[in-house]
Amino acid sequence: MSGAVRGRVRAAEMLPRLWPLVALAAVIVVIALAASFAPAVLQRRTTQALINLIAVVGLYVFVGNSGILSFGNVAFMAVGAYVSALLTMKPAAKSVFLPDLPAIIAHAEWPTLPGALAGGVAAALVALVVGWPLMRLSGVSASIATFAILVVAYVVFGNWTTVTGGQNSLMGLPPYVDLWTAVAWAVAAMVIAFAYQETRSALLLRASREDEAAAQATGVNVVLHRLIAFVISAFLSGIAGVLLGHFLGIVRVENFYLDLTFLIVAMLIIGGRGSLTGAVAGAVVIAVLTELLREIEIGFQVGKTTIAAPAGVGDVILALIMLLIILFRPQGIAGGRELTWPFGRT
Amino acid sequence: MERLVQTLVDAVSVGSLYALTALGIGLIFGVMRLINFAHGELITIAAYTLLALFGQPIPVMLFGAIAVAIVLALLTERVAFRPLRNADPTTLLISSFAVSFFLQKLLILVVGSRLKGLDFLPELGRQIEFAGIRLQMLQIVTILVSIVIVTALTWFLQATRLGLHMRAAAEDFRMARVLGVRANNVIAMAFALSGILAAAVSCLIVVQTGVVQPRMGVQLVIIAFVGTVIGGLGSLSGAALGGFLVGAASILLQALLPPDLRAFREAFVFIAVALVLLFRPQGLIPAPGLKERI
Repeated sequence: MSGAVRGRVRAAEMLPRLWPLVALAAVIVVIALAASFAPAVLQRRTTQALINLIAVVGLYVFVGNSGILSFGNVAFMAVGAYVSALLTMKPAAKSVFLPDLPAIIAHAEWPTLPGALAGGVAAALVALVVGWPLMRLSGVSASIATFAILVVAYVVFGNWTTVTGGQNSLMGLPPYVDLWTAVAWAVAAMVIAFAYQETRSALLLRASREDEAAAQATGVNVVLHRLIAFVISAFLSGIAGVLLGHFLGIVRVENFYLDLTFLIVAMLIIGGRGSLTGAVAGAVVIAVLTELLREIEIGFQVGKTTIAAPAGVGDVILALIMLLIILFRPQGIAGGRELTWPFGRT
Repeated sequence: MERLVQTLVDAVSVGSLYALTALGIGLIFGVMRLINFAHGELITIAAYTLLALFGQPIPVMLFGAIAVAIVLALLTERVAFRPLRNADPTTLLISSFAVSFFLQKLLILVVGSRLKGLDFLPELGRQIEFAGIRLQMLQIVTILVSIVIVTALTWFLQATRLGLHMRAAAEDFRMARVLGVRANNVIAMAFALSGILAAAVSCLIVVQTGVVQPRMGVQLVIIAFVGTVIGGLGSLSGAALGGFLVGAASILLQALLPPDLRAFREAFVFIAVALVLLFRPQGLIPAPGLKERI
């Protein structure tokens, strides 16, 4: 086959193969375009939803390909948030909140993009170190071990007062994250997740997800491929944490614990943990639903009386939906499949 | 000398508390391969039952807490776990995670998230003198209660018919069913027992802390989970040992670490856990028959 022909065949094959990514990215961009005409409040909520989406995609990279549920990714979000905060905050602000910082961090004032990347890389490095022993575990033991990561991160960040401010909030992060920053990162996260799942390593990992013993018997180094997925997953989670910190302008250790873990895990399970389509669908559906429930909690007028659901009912409903999904459609909304090319056979 | 004995007794009593929690989780894992997150909510809701029954005679409060925990355990089994009995462990894990958060959020919706004081059995807070060493009554009671429960549980598993069925089911569920073990009875019994264990832990922890709050169970259970994993998932003695070690280690670290590192003791415990897993990924006492046959 000559180079030119191969090139043309490739191009024709490429679009159907890339279709899940292209379609999902298009959906996100359309949602963002619609939101950019909406009032500022709705824009901010869309931004927050996109940050959640990045976190869900990050979690999916590990959970979807390895089949092991991780409860530890919010810890990587915390790592990203704190690292980026420490590197990008103004030295004056740091000297107020964290007077005892080591000089090299105290004087750092990085631009936002290198700060964000540093946050993601730091999270990935942490995942590399803790993943090395933990990825030897399989199945539910590994899931519980990832829970330990969450607890350790919470304890360390909550008490390492000289560097993180401990239980006090870290304030004064440059609040640069707006709608389009979040869109750009969301698309980037989807590209990374999709590119990764097309690699040989991810394919081998999915083989071990389906049958670990058979994969090992055919020579798959399960621990290595799990670790690769874990590190990429942690990088994306770290980025999501960075964005959350710079979106709120504040980092609190309480924000990176069980409630956020529950939200992100619920989104992935409801959407479907087996595919990128599922991860994105879960994040979008739950974001819309949360918005509706928020309206109900605020209440609506019927004649002269306001009917409002009690605050907190949204969380109960979210947990209930997650339970119903796992009971009746365990592979979630997407059913473990990606979007398929809708224009004829390929 | 006095300080040393006090610390050791404290470590043993906290270790026993985590051992009881880990046993409740281990029992369910044994028969169903389910890591039950909702065990934490059994503990929490038993504690709120004590709060609701406050002022009644003590036996009524205790009986109420145990009854509520058993009923709730059986209810979660029937609604959320029985339909998934043939599902893979990760699906079951997710289901219990959802049940746990559902109950926790429902509790917050109904009673609020603020912690409430509950002065249950204050006489156990007294110090007693034993061979010239002052000890807290509660610690002795915790250790005694744990010994009684573990002995009773061992007797039940070793000497009764249903206990034999449970052990058989834990080893090979399908084979046990073929030989006439009734799956529903065995699983219901395991959940009822885990309810009793949860209620016992709940009462002890309420006496110790004097407060109830919607997150109290989760915190205990996360640590107990890690205990069951290092003990060896699927092995009851492993669960008890792992839970005990994790609990005791956190108290010993509290005593041994320099003051400015004390806040990090959980981190040290979990790092120790990671090291254990590095050398023994199957846990300290690996369960026989857990590795799937091919």
